[in-house]
Amino acid sequence: MAEATNGYKSGSTLEKILRAGKFAATAELGPPKNADAEVIRKKAAQLKGIADGVNITDNQTAIVRMSSIAAATLSVQNGVEPIMQMTCRDRNRLAMQADMLGAYALGIRNLLCLSGDHQQFGNHPMAKNVYDMDSMTLIRMVKDLRDGNKFQGGEEIKGTNPRFFIGGAENPFADPFEFRPYRLAKKVQAGVDFIQTQLIYNVPKFREFMKRVVDLGLHEKVYILAGVGPIKTAGAAKYMRDQVPGMEVLDEYVQRMEGAGKGIEDKKEKAAAAREEGIKICVELIQQMRETPGVAGVHIMAIEWEEAVKPILERAGLLPRPVVE
Amino acid sequence: MIVAEQKPFEEIKTKIANANKVLVVGCGTCVTVCFAGGEKEVGILASSLRMASKVDGKEKQIDEVTVQRQCEWEYLDTIKDKIGEYDLVLSLGCGIGVQAIAEHFPDARVAPGLNTAFLGLPLEQGVWAERCAACGNCILDLTGGICPIARCSKSLLNGPCGGSDEGKCEISGKDRTVDCAWDLIVKKLMARGELDKLLEIQPAKNWQTSRDGGPRRISREDLMLAKE
Repeated sequence: MAEATNGYKSGSTLEKILRAGKFAATAELGPPKNADAEVIRKKAAQLKGIADGVNITDNQTAIVRMSSIAAATLSVQNGVEPIMQMTCRDRNRLAMQADMLGAYALGIRNLLCLSGDHQQFGNHPMAKNVYDMDSMTLIRMVKDLRDGNKFQGGEEIKGTNPRFFIGGAENPFADPFEFRPYRLAKKVQAGVDFIQTQLIYNVPKFREFMKRVVDLGLHEKVYILAGVGPIKTAGAAKYMRDQVPGMEVLDEYVQRMEGAGKGIEDKKEKAAAAREEGIKICVELIQQMRETPGVAGVHIMAIEWEEAVKPILERAGLLPRPVVE
Repeated sequence: MIVAEQKPFEEIKTKIANANKVLVVGCGTCVTVCFAGGEKEVGILASSLRMASKVDGKEKQIDEVTVQRQCEWEYLDTIKDKIGEYDLVLSLGCGIGVQAIAEHFPDARVAPGLNTAFLGLPLEQGVWAERCAACGNCILDLTGGICPIARCSKSLLNGPCGGSDEGKCEISGKDRTVDCAWDLIVKKLMARGELDKLLEIQPAKNWQTSRDGGPRRISREDLMLAKE
């Protein structure tokens, strides 16, 4: 039987904020490459009361880290609402559903469904991958657990069923561009509640994507959180522009990052100037996202730079976060 | 066809190190076509091994034979009289050929000389690529004749993922040799005006017909010989 959730699908904070029509702000918390719970506690302290939810990555870039279910549970215990990520790379449908039952029992309410980076990128390229499901069928499975009260294999769930607010990802910059809005439409049809996009450093192209999304009426069926993030160094900007598949970084951002530390001799000050520029760019991007029709919030990816989230949201005028009862 | 390639020479040498009389057995079917284990490759490998054993100071008797198809009993019967003379059979067949020899001649010791790579085709002279994963449930009509199980690195049924980059798969790396199967599928179907096929969610695959359901076999009563 479904638990009473006062008309909400999951009752998560993120769901309440979005349903209330508030501009949402989510962040990211990368679990450590060790078994130290203290790392999560420290990062959670930096994000508590700042973001409506924080993504807990699942062996991101195919590198072994503390499991997302454990890190998300620690996050709950430290007062930060997790958005637990789950990829199709490492688990089959049995393991995924088992983890969903466990995650829900542990108080996790948001689940982000991903196909996952191929293991070739990570620290175990020799591993066997799973890909029993893909992100589309994973979304449908989570929805069926919640709304259909049944397991993927068809058996009825007796007792408490897991009721997640279902997230998905979309990369407006991956090819083929013209199909991306339709793929988003498929995810909506599969049952996704919110979408977080890939990092946006090409606003005109993102707006073209969003125009097509709005034309298809998808923004009324799914909450779209635009992916933004502060760039730390000019090198990082160039790396994202030139090396990361499916990422686009306009030259103007690379140039601004390069220009930020110019003329400064002291290495620390130079790095600080670059970081300041990165934050400034991020704040500008958030403003542009707020002005983009169909965007319901932002997802801030400050990877291994969690302390940047607070000043970014502060300067963007998004703090304090609204409280929806 | 089944595409295979020969193991490194040093590895093959190690595999036959303890044998004095070795029969190198080629196969006249798939591995002949992909230049890995046909009569010609058997000849070259056998003489290389002969020379190497001479150089190493312990000359081995290395004989050669190529059968039409290593994977059928009747063709293997052509070598049944001589196979007992050898300490080791070095098969240049695919993994099926190696096992067929082991199964048909239980007393024979068999070593593989090839690595069986995939089910595929030659793209150009000297280049082969995978095309089929033998999943046991073909949907090529839905995907423009391009297999997402064999050709998408993640076997996605509802691709492309976010790592599709200018028609190439995210695993491609610098040489950019791996096409994004879903980029090919989407572009082909959209050009044909078959967007509706792409918009339909393909359900989670039933892998029972694949290797995941256990070792597979097909029994066809219409072809079986009547029991006496």
